[in-house]
Amino acid sequence: MVVKVYGPIKAACPQRVLACLLELGVDFELIGVDLDSNEHKQPGFLQKQPFGQVPVVEDEDFRLFESRAIIRYYATKYGDKNRKLYGTTLEEKALVDQWLEVEAHHFNDMVYTIVLQKLVIPKMGGKTDHDLVQNCEKKLEQVFDIYEQRLSKSSHLAGDWFTLADLSHLPGIRYLVNECELSHMVRDRKNVNLWWNDISNRPAWKKVMQLFHELS
Amino acid sequence: MAIKVYGSMLSTATLRVLLCLAEKNIDFELINVDLASGEHKKPHILARNPFGQIPAFEDGDIKLFESRAISQYISRTYAGKGTDLINTDPNKAAVESVWMEVESLKFDPVTTKLAWELCMKRFLFGQNGDEDVVKAEEKRLESVLDVYEARLSENKYLGGDSFSLADLHHAPMIKFMMETRVKELFDARPYVSAWVADILSRPACVKVFGVPAY
Repeated sequence: MVVKVYGPIKAACPQRVLACLLELGVDFELIGVDLDSNEHKQPGFLQKQPFGQVPVVEDEDFRLFESRAIIRYYATKYGDKNRKLYGTTLEEKALVDQWLEVEAHHFNDMVYTIVLQKLVIPKMGGKTDHDLVQNCEKKLEQVFDIYEQRLSKSSHLAGDWFTLADLSHLPGIRYLVNECELSHMVRDRKNVNLWWNDISNRPAWKKVMQLFHELS
Repeated sequence: MAIKVYGSMLSTATLRVLLCLAEKNIDFELINVDLASGEHKKPHILARNPFGQIPAFEDGDIKLFESRAISQYISRTYAGKGTDLINTDPNKAAVESVWMEVESLKFDPVTTKLAWELCMKRFLFGQNGDEDVVKAEEKRLESVLDVYEARLSENKYLGGDSFSLADLHHAPMIKFMMETRVKELFDARPYVSAWVADILSRPACVKVFGVPAY
């Protein structure tokens, strides 16, 4: 029985999970959830995810939500398929966790707000708060400065190989360089640019992008 | 001493790490970082945490930041010592991990805003909190606590049958909230209220929170 992933391909958090499953060669079935019609807030879906968010994963009788918990679980479960994805030693694992926390707290908060204000709110007929966007963009530049410094010491965030910490950034940076028109944040920084080119050209992410274009 | 924590008793993130160490009966040295004078933004702390935040952590050669990464490192590295804080069954550990994410991404942001409006603004600047912001954030917190109430009506702890990092990560901010008007929101939900009483009465919590915050 394949792993069921509930969520639209266009949303960042389901993309995070799909990228991980593809990296590990785990078969899945993507079951769309229509956010525009509020399907995620209906009782049927709330039974699966009490906060009414995507994605949810069902693996036979086992159900999980929160994309970063899901990727940690699968990277552990299928560790033999890619030993470096979540680290082989306690220290490596700790560094992956550290940079996953950085992504979740420092990076994601800014990207989420920018996407909400620049893309989602206008689509719903509301007004963008430009001051807030500018503030977030300024903070995001500072985060990228820290990444630039970090990536001058190692090729990837948690060490010299691709891990969940890098993977977790893929959906957010995709938004930044495309719809948000903020590609300069990546392109203007030599090490960040090299890193982005590396991680975004991985076959697993390219497959996610292929699905994105096929299903959108 | 091999384990050093750079932080402050005023910081819930620092307390998160200290609680973890206390649960596991691990000795450590707390090196105070003086937030009031901006020490956390000085080069010697930036070298340990490039975001200029506390805590920073050291275990021999290992240097980490981000309290939730630190607590997971401690729990794995010292498994079998003191309280076990991550389930050994991978599926149960994954469920605990779900509720760790919930604390991190849903509970903490809302309560941090409430702490800022209800306490920090007065403490730092002598300013009153914005009542509209407080009301809005209280409403958000109530939605989260409603989910917790349903969860805890079926499970003794958030992660399942046993106390785990999923519960521990909440403790410092819950302790803070209990000293504000937000306490009512927790008291109004019987399962949440019982869970709060349970975790705050744990010997590790009594030990860590018993220390005056100055």
